[in-house]
Amino acid sequence: MDFNLSEEQTMLQDSVSRFIQNSYSFEDRKKYIEADNGFSAENWAMFAELGWLGIPFAEEHGGFGGGALEIMTVMEEFGKGLVIEPYLATVILGGGFLNKGGTAAQQEQLIPSIIEGNLQLAFAYVEPQGRFNLADITTTATATGDGYTISGHKGVVLNGPNADKLVVTARTAGDQRDENGITVFLVDANAAGVNRRNYPTIDAGQGSEITFNDVQVSADDVIGELNNGLPLIQSVVDDGLLAICAEAVGAMEVLYKTTVEYTKQRKQFDVAISSFQALQHRMVDMFIEHEQSKSLMFLAAMRLAEGSDEASKAISALKVQIGKGGRYVGQQAVQLHGGMGQTEELNVGHYFKRLTMISHTFGNADFHLNRFGEL
Amino acid sequence: MDLNFSAEDIAFRDEVRAFLKDNWTDQDRKDMGNGLSMDHDIPVRWHRRLAEKGWAAPNWPLEHGGCPWTPTQKYIFDVECANANCPRLISFGLNLVAPVLYTFGNEEQQKKYLPDILSGKTWWCQGYSEPGAGSDLAGLSTRAERQGDHYIVNGQKTWTSTAHNADMIFCLVRTDPSAKIKQQGISFLLIDMKSPGITVKPIITLDGQHHVNDTFFDNVKVPVANLIGEENMGWTYAKLLLTHERTGIAGVARSKNRLDELKAAASTEPTGMGQAPLIDDPSFRAKISQIEIDLMALEITDLRTLADVQKGGAPGPESSILKVRGTEIQQSIAELFLECAGYYSQPYVKDTHWGNYEGEMIGADYSTSTALQYFNTRPATVYGGSSEVQRNIISKAVLGLR
Repeated sequence: MDFNLSEEQTMLQDSVSRFIQNSYSFEDRKKYIEADNGFSAENWAMFAELGWLGIPFAEEHGGFGGGALEIMTVMEEFGKGLVIEPYLATVILGGGFLNKGGTAAQQEQLIPSIIEGNLQLAFAYVEPQGRFNLADITTTATATGDGYTISGHKGVVLNGPNADKLVVTARTAGDQRDENGITVFLVDANAAGVNRRNYPTIDAGQGSEITFNDVQVSADDVIGELNNGLPLIQSVVDDGLLAICAEAVGAMEVLYKTTVEYTKQRKQFDVAISSFQALQHRMVDMFIEHEQSKSLMFLAAMRLAEGSDEASKAISALKVQIGKGGRYVGQQAVQLHGGMGQTEELNVGHYFKRLTMISHTFGNADFHLNRFGEL
Repeated sequence: MDLNFSAEDIAFRDEVRAFLKDNWTDQDRKDMGNGLSMDHDIPVRWHRRLAEKGWAAPNWPLEHGGCPWTPTQKYIFDVECANANCPRLISFGLNLVAPVLYTFGNEEQQKKYLPDILSGKTWWCQGYSEPGAGSDLAGLSTRAERQGDHYIVNGQKTWTSTAHNADMIFCLVRTDPSAKIKQQGISFLLIDMKSPGITVKPIITLDGQHHVNDTFFDNVKVPVANLIGEENMGWTYAKLLLTHERTGIAGVARSKNRLDELKAAASTEPTGMGQAPLIDDPSFRAKISQIEIDLMALEITDLRTLADVQKGGAPGPESSILKVRGTEIQQSIAELFLECAGYYSQPYVKDTHWGNYEGEMIGADYSTSTALQYFNTRPATVYGGSSEVQRNIISKAVLGLR
């Protein structure tokens, strides 16, 4: 039994933590958000230089050969700074598909570009009618000649506006909610028939509604198995879940600590409001929610890292805890900051917004409570 | 005990409905958009139409322009207005300073201010909170010094909602800094917002909107005639106002209406799991049912409070129940809207929030503003006396815990 990071993982944590402290103040972040593409290109280049964009990829492609524990480490630190650079979309999701399902040719062609910071990806999987069911897919890919024709609508595609290539889930056989008959495709974001409606998201990200009108792709653009894409999708989404939950754990830590500090300084009725027991107990509960979340994050990361059959179950447990705990910590942080917690000028509200959006991403607490019971 | 409406009540309800049909039209509702950016123009429009009918201030005494309605009729009026999606009226003049004026103001002040509040000519804002005086309101430090016929006011008020649209501000100021108890030495002043030395600076809230402000006073001259009641007795008047503020915040009728809208939204939202909509999902349905039960209880508590007021004056400290539970329910409903929208709570496209937006929506119509509405309801448990302060009031004033 060992809950310590390895020496290498500790170095990685220190290096990301230093970056957040030195380059990701609230004011810095505001500037990054205002850039044309909604994040800092300089930061992205620095991530490449420091090797962070190569963490989950094999050494033969120039990667770091890391896994769930490294992803957890980076994302937890990113959560503390509310990092907006599209690491999740490009490295963990887009990169994850290539890593786990890509052909040798796809990997050789694209992974080095990701690692160098020259390729942006986005995962187009949400459909308006599908809610959190990854298998509820009406986007179709019909075999035509030696390729496929894709038609349909994907919603809330994070990093969609910046993506060079899209990873798209489509139905190649079966009915709307069948688990079989799903295939994953790599689609050029500028291909004829791809139409993006771009927008900012409430948590300072970038999203798109994307329609596909008879978009032509070749047989070489299939990622993973034809008609059997769902296990691959679920595997990558589990990694994504770990990533956003680790991000949430980082955000929760900042929120409970900031709240404790604020209540020690804020004086009302001639005393620091931290001296009121009613508030103390709530901060204790915030602390407990964070620790419990961190424990399930460790469990899920270790299960994923060892390739356990129990990994998905641990991931769902983590997401349920993050849904419940993130909500409590976020709402209490805002409440205990009083009016200040409601303003744009204080970072508390921005952590709260991000936690709120994480709570539904890849399925909310109810969805994962149900999945946990079924697994 | 009888919860049924009398024949007179039903006739009254029909009269209200007929009025609403003609005076708050589909076009008015369309102009409201999602209700996020209607701090002023829309509620002003509604206020003036009510004022013409003589219905703007049902709770005021008859001699000042109130309505001769029973508590049941007031309740019916609130419910019908909420069902017709009428906006909330701006309460600072109508429901906050007016009771202070007609209870503690002199005849001259009543004549000068009440008719213009009623008609919607003059708009007020509230100068209570300060950076150092939030929950501990009596800890305020904005200073008013008497110089001949005037007070000279210096200091800063914060969270002043609608200050950027207001003609007048009512302020709690410290007139006797040497008073032994901080609640003493506070006075209640009415200040013209056009007075030289007043600066209003916007505070942008989490929804990205400008609702509240910092308001600065730099040697602002205020005539002594603008003092309510006696100097140094302001805290007594302020407390009366706070009980009115609390009661108004409960918003039971509006929450019932929002809950109906939530059910409608959840009836169209697919689950991705089959043909049944989200409202048939047992866990989601249980959450809606729980809110509905909380709201049923609060509605009766609200009616009991109204009936007590009818019997004898201002609402008692029990009205804190309405504030605590009413705001919690508003927050829970907003949270379930957000949950209902799922992924489509995330896009943030300001154009789609306006009533006159003609383009294609992103996601379902209701989903565009769910996140902002959720963030917008968070302050409800802070303003008007935080939930923590309300619980202290119940603890001390009702249960006698010290």
